[in-house]
Amino acid sequence: MRLPEARSTVVLTYAALGVLLVITLFPIALLVLNSLKPATQIVQNPLAWPEVFRWDNFSRAWADARFGRTLLNSVVLTGTTIVLVCSTASLTAYVLARRKVKEWKVVTFYLLGTTTAPIQLFLFPLYFGFARLGLINNPLAVSLIYTAVFSPFAVMLLRTYFLAVPKEIEESALIDGASHWQIFTRVMLPIVSPGILTVALIIGLYSWNEFLIATTFLQQGDRMTAIVAFFLLSGQYTSDWGEIMAAALVIVLPIVILFIFLQRRFIEGMAGGSVKG
Amino acid sequence: MHRLYLIPTLAINVAIIFVPALLTVALAFFRWDGISAPVFVGLANFSALWTDRIFWTALTNNVIWTAIFLTVPIAMGLLAATMLLVARRGSTFFQVVYFLPVIIATAITARVWQGMIYSPVTGVNGLLQRFGLPTFDPLAGTSTALYGIATVDLWHWWGFLCVIFFAALRQVPQEQVDAARLDGANFWQTMRLVLLPAIRPTITLMMIMTVIWSFLVFDFVYILTQGGPAFSSEVLSTLAYRSAFYDLAVGKAAAVAVVISLFGLAATAFYIRAQAREFDR
Repeated sequence: MRLPEARSTVVLTYAALGVLLVITLFPIALLVLNSLKPATQIVQNPLAWPEVFRWDNFSRAWADARFGRTLLNSVVLTGTTIVLVCSTASLTAYVLARRKVKEWKVVTFYLLGTTTAPIQLFLFPLYFGFARLGLINNPLAVSLIYTAVFSPFAVMLLRTYFLAVPKEIEESALIDGASHWQIFTRVMLPIVSPGILTVALIIGLYSWNEFLIATTFLQQGDRMTAIVAFFLLSGQYTSDWGEIMAAALVIVLPIVILFIFLQRRFIEGMAGGSVKG
Repeated sequence: MHRLYLIPTLAINVAIIFVPALLTVALAFFRWDGISAPVFVGLANFSALWTDRIFWTALTNNVIWTAIFLTVPIAMGLLAATMLLVARRGSTFFQVVYFLPVIIATAITARVWQGMIYSPVTGVNGLLQRFGLPTFDPLAGTSTALYGIATVDLWHWWGFLCVIFFAALRQVPQEQVDAARLDGANFWQTMRLVLLPAIRPTITLMMIMTVIWSFLVFDFVYILTQGGPAFSSEVLSTLAYRSAFYDLAVGKAAAVAVVISLFGLAATAFYIRAQAREFDR
């Protein structure tokens, strides 16, 4: 659907959209610009073009935020969470979409309820419980928390993909003598694989960016994620904003590149999970 | 047989969310420092909150926050989405750019605004000062800190709504718009009488989610001001977090969490009702 408008209205529209574009890009431009400047020049004028390109901002940020270690931690945590969420959520989504069990409605509403549960409602007993079990600073324990928090979203999104698969495909496989498990792994999963890829992207984004749980459960220097290392770097270790912005760019750049190449998937996935239930 | 398929999701969910949530509700009636044995105190945690000035500030801030986010970003998102319909070319490009802030980590967005924009020393704000314009750091004033934080969250958030509304608007049948046009409706009339009613379910759902999310807001407040100055930007989630991990008053934190959940619960009931229609199809 589109709205046909007079030429003057169209021009005005583009002007307004342009203003919003500038507002959106301004802080991002500041991030990129100042990541290349010496701290003294930022104090003089954060908007100015760099007099000298201080590439060493990046090497100092890399060393001070221990990115060699912390980025790896983030990759491992994100990867584990993606695998856990995709494998468990696709099983559940299949059963709920096809109404394979008579309790499907109760389970669906329970999961919908937990998508909106505040983290604070379960954070404190979880923390002290994990502390007692020695699970603080344990990346696998944190990826289990992420799995619990993100999988209802993943189930709801994957459910719509399973719904789109024609019932006949499943029935004919059953007639051919395939077992239930074979139908799920050999027939259904390949068909919904685009959906699983979308879920993997979104869950990956959420895990990579997550702050509250990561900062609470991964405090030890060699276990923390890149985001937590960045938070500490910018909070206490340095007031060199060139270095801080360089550290920020290191974390953001892979996400932005991925987003630009796969923007349709990102947008459809994030919108689909929350709008279409 | 198919019940087994549900076990991994449900087992993880119950162990991480459901059981600890029940424990939180129970803890709200105990005094506990996280280490020694909890002491049952009845409703003492709640009555302490009732007389706690900071609790009321936090609750008020959450309500203000909800009011801001129910109006400003939803209006911005709707307006921009309609403008994307008018724009003949480039709507994908605009969408992608508007969505960029959504994918940037909150911790990074917070620091960029703090250091590069608000700071009177290193930010654009300081530049204004040098040109003799009256400026101040919004995060440092007790009456402005909350709005300073809300602005950052608005920047981070409105593009999401814009993209969602645009997707919904594109589904409106062209004939409805053309008919309104033939009847002589102008841009605003078309929007009010045709487009907005057509995407009402989407708007309602986003408003319900806004209420839920507004009571969960944590990252930006915690990173930008930690609830300060003088607790002026404290919200319930930062109050609970600080009580549990800084003051080791876990019972009080649990009581605050229960209050947050009560607000969330009302919105969640609406959310599930709105979603239930989808499942009855």
